[in-house]
Amino acid sequence: MSLLEVKDLSIHFGGVKAVQNVSFSIDSGIVYSVIGPNGAGKTTLFNLITGVYTPTSGEIRLDGEIIQGKSPDELARRGMARTFQNLQICMNMSAIENVMVGAHLRLDRNLFKAMLRLPALKRRDEALREEAAGLMEFVGLGEYVGARADAMSYGALKRLEIARALAMKPRLIFLDEPAAGLNPKETQEVDHLVRKVADSGITVVLVEHDMKMVMNLSDRILVLDYGRKLAEGTGQEVRGNPDVIAAYLGTHA
Amino acid sequence: MLAEFLQFLFSGITVGATYALAALGFTLIYNASHVINFAQGEFIMLGGMLAVLFAQMGLPLPAVLLLAVLVPAVVGVLVEKLAIEPVKGAETVTLIIITIGASLVIRGLVQVWLGKNTFSLPAFSGDEPIHVLGATLLPQSLWVLGITALVVVALWYFFNRTLQGKAMLATSVNRLAAELVGINTSWVLFMSFAMSAALGALGGILITPITMTSYDVGIMLGLKGFVAAVVGGLGNGLGAVVGGLLVGILEAMGAGYISSAYKDAIPFVLILLILFFMPRGLFGGKSTDRV
Amino acid sequence: MNKRIYYGLYGLIVILLVLPFVVPNNFYLDLAVRMAINAIIVIGLNLLIGFAGQISLGHAGFLGIGAYASAVLPMHFGWHPVTAMLTGALASALLAALVAKPIFKLKGHYLAMATLGLGIIINIALRNEAQWTGGPDGMPVLPMALFGFEIGSDRQWYWVVAALLVLTVWGSLNLIDSPFGRALRALHGSEVASQVVGVNVARYKVSIFVLSAFSASIMGSISAHYIGFISPNFADFFHSIELVTMVVIGGMASVYGSIVGAVLLTALPQALATFEGWETVAFGAILMLCMIFMPRGLVPTLAARFSKGDDK
Repeated sequence: MSLLEVKDLSIHFGGVKAVQNVSFSIDSGIVYSVIGPNGAGKTTLFNLITGVYTPTSGEIRLDGEIIQGKSPDELARRGMARTFQNLQICMNMSAIENVMVGAHLRLDRNLFKAMLRLPALKRRDEALREEAAGLMEFVGLGEYVGARADAMSYGALKRLEIARALAMKPRLIFLDEPAAGLNPKETQEVDHLVRKVADSGITVVLVEHDMKMVMNLSDRILVLDYGRKLAEGTGQEVRGNPDVIAAYLGTHA
Repeated sequence: MLAEFLQFLFSGITVGATYALAALGFTLIYNASHVINFAQGEFIMLGGMLAVLFAQMGLPLPAVLLLAVLVPAVVGVLVEKLAIEPVKGAETVTLIIITIGASLVIRGLVQVWLGKNTFSLPAFSGDEPIHVLGATLLPQSLWVLGITALVVVALWYFFNRTLQGKAMLATSVNRLAAELVGINTSWVLFMSFAMSAALGALGGILITPITMTSYDVGIMLGLKGFVAAVVGGLGNGLGAVVGGLLVGILEAMGAGYISSAYKDAIPFVLILLILFFMPRGLFGGKSTDRV
Repeated sequence: MNKRIYYGLYGLIVILLVLPFVVPNNFYLDLAVRMAINAIIVIGLNLLIGFAGQISLGHAGFLGIGAYASAVLPMHFGWHPVTAMLTGALASALLAALVAKPIFKLKGHYLAMATLGLGIIINIALRNEAQWTGGPDGMPVLPMALFGFEIGSDRQWYWVVAALLVLTVWGSLNLIDSPFGRALRALHGSEVASQVVGVNVARYKVSIFVLSAFSASIMGSISAHYIGFISPNFADFFHSIELVTMVVIGGMASVYGSIVGAVLLTALPQALATFEGWETVAFGAILMLCMIFMPRGLVPTLAARFSKGDDK
């Protein structure tokens, strides 16, 4: 059984059918990419799966369990992490605190124990701080360990979000355009990073426009256009698919 | 029975007209700048208090009306320039606090300058009550309703039939797009505050012969006007008018039939109910956020 | 986080220990007690406004519930003051819990209006139920008794309140730098982000609202016992605004800022006592100027100027 199964998923916003009858499944441990022209519904699809939107119809199953309509925090409990296309960083906190928040579910969140600063809590917090620093190194942000989030560059913040997602120790991570707005060198670094994440055993679902990166990394690719599934398969299969070529380049290609 | 009901209805509609004008003011400013102007109530107070001042100075009624509407309009523009513009784009909390600050300044200055007394204006056409089906209606009420209706119609015409009005509407829908087609959005903001203050002041003047005025009537009137705006659907002009009348009537009915001590609480209970069950109000639409 | 943040607490303890011996007379001691009471209230409110990023324009309502519980229950029903105080706090917490869930689905102006409406309704109720509350004229409050020992003099109150302040500051600093505290601040920074890491946003908003309502009620009771008299003005809109002003001036999301804000704005009415209208103007002007020039408040703005690491 696949890790994630999507069946006939649809969502309408008023008259706009942002996603229409999309079905696919993702096996555990692979890198799965979702591509398509702008407005194809990729981020909407992400938002549907990660609980930000509720679908109009269709089913999403994680490990066989129905999850559509569940809230993002319930999905986080089931090991799902994500990053955002237009950065959702807590600018009121330091960089390392942003990462530490990722470990929220793994810690004792009790209010009273926190106010009393019980030693056990303190020790776990310090251990978490070290772990968060380690994660920042892992994503290449070692020099920012002491920095405030609002002092960091756009590219650094994109990687900070990945570090935060990793702090959840997730099974499944959704990366929404991690290379958007980055220059070629930074894009390559993200490419390596995603490879490292995938190698550590986490299933990666990726939305990206950078074709080189997508072809490089992906085990399977889903192509969307106007909210519908256009094609699905390996990089080779998708690259040669005439419908895909037409969608991206127009019918005279 | 009927007489009692009509009595409450009349007083409800009358004060409801004031709430409607206040609500229209809130709506105008909200549409132009997405700011809730907590100082709106003070414009209502200014209208009444300044009318008293000018009347006491011996000016004829038309001049009193004109000045007592124009001066608050100027104050409204000042509030926009001194309070809103400096913090454009700030967090909601900041905006709320700064308009509260502006309202405190206005109220405090009036308190210092004109004192804490209660004042009244002579009714525009005398106070011989009119008898309708056993209930009494004050002639001033007719003035309130009549002028409010005229103003609402004039505003409708302005927004739907004139270019300037449409420019203001366009700005409220999409500010950037409006700027790109050449609409002077600063002018729109300026006009919104001026008009909003004028509307509030007018309501304040009209109602003073009936309910009197003092330096601190602004708070409650403003807040109730805001309740009316939310009840009708924040940003919706028709909603503001309907909301105002509705709040006025419910308040009068509640005071008459249930408990007059809790009269002031009724609009706030209403707004809690609306916010809990129908936050978009009666005429507001649905909206979705993009993530 | 930083051991350094606790240095402020040590400094505060020193100041509090020394203060009663250096003040020239009782007037200043009384002022100090009022400042400390306000500081505790403001810290609680700041957790809600500054740290969690919510807003409450009706907080004085909870102060009023606590104050009147401590006034009415012992006076009219013979209850022990401590029981009365805890009952008031529980009532406040329950009320907060009841309205929190629907209220915190709202954001921005709608949330502000809802909290404002709540505060006003509480105030009107207190004003109207004259047979219990003495109505607009208020009513006297019996002294507080702890373990059979009556707290009477200003000096005794000073030590009680000072101890409470130290505990509140310590507890708050601990809370902020804990998983709970981080979740709260993340909620403010980005609700969506906090949701995807597993923060049940609704539950956190309710928790912090209930906590600040509970503590406000307790402090309302303490104020009532200290002053010996209570009137509905204590729970009115202007008082709610005063409290929010203290949060904003001192520094949102700053525990020490809350103390600074409370100290400054408790002293101000004293300075303007004879000029009532001017007091209103001054408050308004301060709010406006602060929002324009120092939107983060005194302490965070100054702290940012003197350091370039993280701030509290």
